[in-house]
Amino acid sequence: MSIRVAKTGNEAVAEAMRQMRPDVVAAYPITPQTEIVQIFSGFVADGLVDTEMVTVESEHSAMSATVGAAAAGARAMTATSANGLALMWEIVYIAASMRLPIVMPVVNRALSGPINIHCDHSDTMGARDSGWIQIFSENAQEAYDNTLQALRIAENPNVLLPAMVTMDGFIISHAMEVMEILEDEKVREWVGEYVPENPLLDVDNPVTIGPLDLYDWNMEHKRQQAEAMVQSKAVILKVAEDYAKLTGRRYGLFEEYMLEDAEVAVVVLGSTAGTAKVVVNELRKQGVKAGLLKLRVFRPFPAEEIAAALKHVKAIAVMDRSDSFNAISGPVFAEVRSAMYGVQSAPAIVDYIYGIGGRDVTPEHIRKVYDDLANIAARGKADRILTYLGVRE
Amino acid sequence: MSVPKNAGWRDVPKAGRILEPGSAAEYETGGWRTYRPQHIPENCIHCLFCWLYCPDMSVIARDGKFGEINYKSCKGCGVCAQVCPGKRGQKALVMVLDEAAAATAEESCAEPKAQTK
Repeated sequence: MSIRVAKTGNEAVAEAMRQMRPDVVAAYPITPQTEIVQIFSGFVADGLVDTEMVTVESEHSAMSATVGAAAAGARAMTATSANGLALMWEIVYIAASMRLPIVMPVVNRALSGPINIHCDHSDTMGARDSGWIQIFSENAQEAYDNTLQALRIAENPNVLLPAMVTMDGFIISHAMEVMEILEDEKVREWVGEYVPENPLLDVDNPVTIGPLDLYDWNMEHKRQQAEAMVQSKAVILKVAEDYAKLTGRRYGLFEEYMLEDAEVAVVVLGSTAGTAKVVVNELRKQGVKAGLLKLRVFRPFPAEEIAAALKHVKAIAVMDRSDSFNAISGPVFAEVRSAMYGVQSAPAIVDYIYGIGGRDVTPEHIRKVYDDLANIAARGKADRILTYLGVRE
Repeated sequence: MSVPKNAGWRDVPKAGRILEPGSAAEYETGGWRTYRPQHIPENCIHCLFCWLYCPDMSVIARDGKFGEINYKSCKGCGVCAQVCPGKRGQKALVMVLDEAAAATAEESCAEPKAQTK
């Protein structure tokens, strides 16, 4: 029996962390992630979890301490947002290259500047090549579920990579919704006992972790990292299957919403998927064959699977909540379009950069996107690749 | 545990981890060298300053006298040649271009060589 509760995204993730009982959490508060650290440190202070809570002086230290704890053999976690992730940068790459299965909730927020505390995906998108698994969440329920699943994925012996679980800042992190959580014992069983690989604290088997690795072997170790990312895809699906048995909630690499017979489709990640589903429902009532693909796993990027799911569609719009300045588009479009290359009579595909710095995205915006797609599908071509949605011209 | 020369990325420990303690002793740092110290016995007064100052214990002394240089570990830093008082102003240790070391360096750039793991 799961427990029905009303929680914000931050509360849900802090609850997940308490239930997962990490050995070490080293974290620094930053808006809009602050509550996760605040609530979790409250759990520690109240004796509700026996985690060693390390209050560090910056995010660089937070990730460094988390890496140190994980290398020692601890189950270690941290959490951050935007500029906090940016300050972690150096160690974010090191965590992945050291193959440490750290789980980190990231509450998406615009990377400064101009300084802004609201949601966009520029923070996690910037870290897309860092070697971390990246799982996006549509709502608080998914943030909770993804956090629990991320640990099992990261710690799988075929993977051993760190994983970040994202949720949209404020939209999810601070909005309260009704959701289901598991009982503490169920989560305890779910996460199981952690058996670290080559922990530094195993004094009977001393190892050196993180030595200098120059041209003679560095490339082989990077190749191993790439392979772990490839292997993680099957693990993500297996963990999702196990999680469905536990909770009844099903997850995949992405969610297909009314996509099977769709003629026009939107590819979107995060909370905007919820808004877009409302619009899809309306359009379907009007007889428009609208569909949606909600990306859940951005890293590893499910290229073949996406191509297979979208190949029958006539026109596709990719929604990018961050820009990739001086590239031809936002980062999600570049990946999706690349995945579609080589598909026989590939659909027309366009990009919308939206919601930057927390700019509201309403059903009207999404309706405009589907209108554009209907037009593109009818004409068989698009006039331009990139549109900034909701910007004042 | 030495990684064989034909090892591929699947065969080596993850993330460059070194699973055997104390294995640095097997790692030959002589390949780093550009210049090698050359001993000129007629200028040597066996003061053993070189033995004392060598940061890598690459100067081997025997019976209280200069014995030899261990070129497998000598990185060619030149400290020994610097501190050598020599005899009548003539140094007993001089640094000369190490053709062999230069050849090894080229080889290791061309093809990854076996490494102690």
